[in-house]
Amino acid sequence: MSELPVADVLAAEPDEETTLPPSKGDSDLGGRTLEEVDPGDALVHVRGLKKHFPLRGGFLSRIQGHVKAVDGVTFWVGKGETLGLVGESGSGKSTTGRAILRLIEPTEGTVVFAGQDVTAMDAEDLQALRRQAQIIFQDPFASLNPRMTVGDAIREVLKVHGLARGEGADARVRELLRLVGLRPEYASRYPHEFSGGQRQRIGIARALSVEPEFIVCDEPVSALDVSVQAQVVNLLEELQQRLGLAFLFIAHDLSVVEHVSDRVAVMYLGRIVETADAEQLTRSPKHPYTRALLSAVPVPEPGRKRERIVLPGDVPSPIDPPSGCPFHPRCPHPLKDQDCARTVPPLAEKAPGQFAACIKEPAYVAPTGS
Amino acid sequence: MAAYVARRLLGAIPLVLGIATIIFFVVNLAPGDPTALYFNQNVPPEVLEQIRRNFGLDQPLLVRYWKWLTSFFTGDFGYSFAHSRPVADIILETLGPTLILAGCTLVLIFAAGIATGVIQAVRQHRPADRILSITSLFFYSMPSFWLGLMLMLLLSLKAHEWGLPFALPPTGMTSVDYEFLSFGGKLADRATHLVLPVLTLSLVMAAGIARYTRGQMLEVIHQDYIRTARAKGLPGRTVVLKHALRNSLLPVITLLGLYMPLLFSGSVFVEVIFSWPGMGRVIVDAIFQRDYPLVMATSFIFALVVVLGSLVADILYAVADPRIRYD
Amino acid sequence: MALLEVRDLRTYFHTEGGVAKAVDGVSFHVERGEVLGIVGESGCGKSVTSLSVMGLVSEPGRIEEGSSITYDGRELTTLSEKEMRGIRGNDIAMIFQEPMTSLNPVFPVGDQISEALRLHRGLKKKEARGRAIELLQLVGIPVPERRVDEYPHQLSGGMRQRVMIAMALANEPDVLIADEPTTALDVTIQAQILELLDELRERLGMAIVLITHDLGVVAEVCDRVVVMYAGQVVEEGPVGDIFGRPSHPYTQGLLAAVPRPDRREGTLAVIPGTVPPPTNWPTGCRFHDRCPYAWDLTREKMPPLFDLGGDHRSRCWLVEHPERREEVERTRPVFTGGAAQ
Repeated sequence: MSELPVADVLAAEPDEETTLPPSKGDSDLGGRTLEEVDPGDALVHVRGLKKHFPLRGGFLSRIQGHVKAVDGVTFWVGKGETLGLVGESGSGKSTTGRAILRLIEPTEGTVVFAGQDVTAMDAEDLQALRRQAQIIFQDPFASLNPRMTVGDAIREVLKVHGLARGEGADARVRELLRLVGLRPEYASRYPHEFSGGQRQRIGIARALSVEPEFIVCDEPVSALDVSVQAQVVNLLEELQQRLGLAFLFIAHDLSVVEHVSDRVAVMYLGRIVETADAEQLTRSPKHPYTRALLSAVPVPEPGRKRERIVLPGDVPSPIDPPSGCPFHPRCPHPLKDQDCARTVPPLAEKAPGQFAACIKEPAYVAPTGS
Repeated sequence: MAAYVARRLLGAIPLVLGIATIIFFVVNLAPGDPTALYFNQNVPPEVLEQIRRNFGLDQPLLVRYWKWLTSFFTGDFGYSFAHSRPVADIILETLGPTLILAGCTLVLIFAAGIATGVIQAVRQHRPADRILSITSLFFYSMPSFWLGLMLMLLLSLKAHEWGLPFALPPTGMTSVDYEFLSFGGKLADRATHLVLPVLTLSLVMAAGIARYTRGQMLEVIHQDYIRTARAKGLPGRTVVLKHALRNSLLPVITLLGLYMPLLFSGSVFVEVIFSWPGMGRVIVDAIFQRDYPLVMATSFIFALVVVLGSLVADILYAVADPRIRYD
Repeated sequence: MALLEVRDLRTYFHTEGGVAKAVDGVSFHVERGEVLGIVGESGCGKSVTSLSVMGLVSEPGRIEEGSSITYDGRELTTLSEKEMRGIRGNDIAMIFQEPMTSLNPVFPVGDQISEALRLHRGLKKKEARGRAIELLQLVGIPVPERRVDEYPHQLSGGMRQRVMIAMALANEPDVLIADEPTTALDVTIQAQILELLDELRERLGMAIVLITHDLGVVAEVCDRVVVMYAGQVVEEGPVGDIFGRPSHPYTQGLLAAVPRPDRREGTLAVIPGTVPPPTNWPTGCRFHDRCPYAWDLTREKMPPLFDLGGDHRSRCWLVEHPERREEVERTRPVFTGGAAQ
């Protein structure tokens, strides 16, 4: 075994100083960028959102750099629409979800929710915002007080927001539990008495208690088994149709995101590298990272051995992201050259309504007059 | 690493200064003053006033504070009212015995505590664990002064009467005939004198460490990397003593810092009970005699040792755990 | 004779709350150079099965009388702990789900690999270190001579899983048990690890038992599949049969519940309910309370593993009563949408 050669493609972690072919001058920077698009009356409109965490160190604990968790993200979510946000760990997708609800303070950028600037809100406005925009987490158990019955947990939310009290609150709790497919009598039980899927339903019921218009779903099904995952996904879709909710659906599993979303945004190292209609994105991805991500999803169909694009190396650190295109050190694009390490690619239109941050993909220019 | 140590040392300076300040004000603002010692009907008030002036007690508090602080940090600890000797001399004389007592105790509590904890964890819920648990709990909940007296009674004063083959010296640091012993004899004599005070001081604290180590071990034993170690085919002893122990000891190191104050406050009464010629006994006498300079200096030395101990614990932790970043 | 053969394995946990029959009569075998997938949801007993093979089941778990695990003709269940240690990490090695917590944080990764070599091969410290560097290189870790002295926290999740694989391969085992090796990893890193495992199997000719809940992973790397539910094997067969002509309703439900990027349908198929607790398996067919086809027979009598021919077996009464399937499907759709509990 010892004399075996090095495992080929797997060992090829890119050099720190990638020696790329010289610039071929074929980079196409034309096309409309996502920033130039007017989304009309979107419910949530996020523009140039950044979240940098300071990194301290050294003798006097001075700020020595920043973790650029989210680095200039633009997207919008329409009423009753689902935007899927996919990315691997460290892509900044969860930070984005929290920053737009101001659960953490964004460093830069604006978030407009129903015509109001969230980034400029004071404590009172924020309280009002929490009635319209909610979040559910991967592990609802961690956010439920173990010594509080499920009913009490929901009643507390109703009380805080002055929505219902006493008998009214009890009736609302029963109604909410029924809505998420749980028996109303579960209200008197404690969180530990429930299975993972049931807990997620409770998390959803609690989020729904304030009758929000928008819910950030942060990896809501990642910890669940396949059959239970399907139950929760279906529940979310059903609730969306009945209540006209808008979702920002954050997940690392492209197949789930693709299934639930109308549109999808793919994140890599704090930036959106591609966004498009969900179907279009899966059918003809334009960014090499999206292609690799799609090809890496294992499909339960044994005969179909597709060409898997195996990316070399790991995701680089967001403290010191690569120059130019953040994906260039791992990029398998045949046209990759020195321009990729120099130019930060704009999120430009590559097909109608499909935007990708790659200078090596030809741009789409809308016919004049349209 | 050097930067980390330097930063921690610099950080200790305001702490030490603060401690010195608090000690000064607590002692000086307490009711009564050193002249009380000389107070009797035969001493005329003028003389008392003269004594007060000699000691500098007539000056405003803040002036005294400043004078004390500046001379203190230049190594001049002042003059003991009660002993009529420089405080520095008294400290030099008594610090050694106290450090010997505390050092031996420190080694013993960690050695015995960790060993007991490991045995208990490995034999969880078996008789050995149960017996050691009950024993630890017994010592843990024992008032130390009473334990000291009982040990003295059992192992020394009544030892022969109760049929023990030996009797330990009950008090002091050396025997009367110490000067006439050979070198080996001197060593043995000092060692036997150490047994009772060290044992008294150790039992309570060792029990605490044992309980903590047991808890840590039990937690670590269920970690994934222990399963990995077993999956390699390593024998159980290696898994426990190498993979589990090293990880369990990391939090135990922090106890070193936490136990320092206990160790020195404990040594105060142990020294009194066993007539150990250390600083603890000096402190008690000084307090009763309102010997301000001595009380302040000895309290400060104790505080300094405690601060240093915590510092050493933190640095040890950083050395032992590769995940701690030094910068 | 198969390289590793498990027959009627029963691993029970004797707790105060009753006897948890985590693994209850499981049989399977693996041949040299073959990849066997064991799939099922959490709580179905797949991890306990792998720990039983390694002899790593801890109190209050116990492998019951009558269970048999043979490796290369040797019965493992009756070996002494010392004899078993000689097999563990040497002939049969294992990698675990969480690369983040499966390596000891206080020792350099090189030492953790060397340990297995020094133990089973009696290598000297220096030789073992050299070999550890070779192994790191084999699993595709760049600059192995530097990485060998690094601590686990200095490596990414994917790198740590490679280290785990290097450690497991140290003594060139005949059987590698991989318990959810890619579940905690990102999808592009998962692709790397699966590629690596496949390549290593080809080069080293070892057998791999891959335990996973991800049917996609199984379809891509396994030759044969064992589907577990409630401590039992409910279906087994060649990978083509399991995915092409699944027989057991549980297998069918699992397959239908997976969202597919290439196939946008309406709602996902759902298996109602959850896996029951192992202290209280249902009577009859253990799947009956979640099964859309259940009828009296399935509630009363446990079905045997019916042979469907071509090494394909299914523990379902529908094999003997195909008319029931038609009857149910005529009246209502099966394994289609709904968020039902």
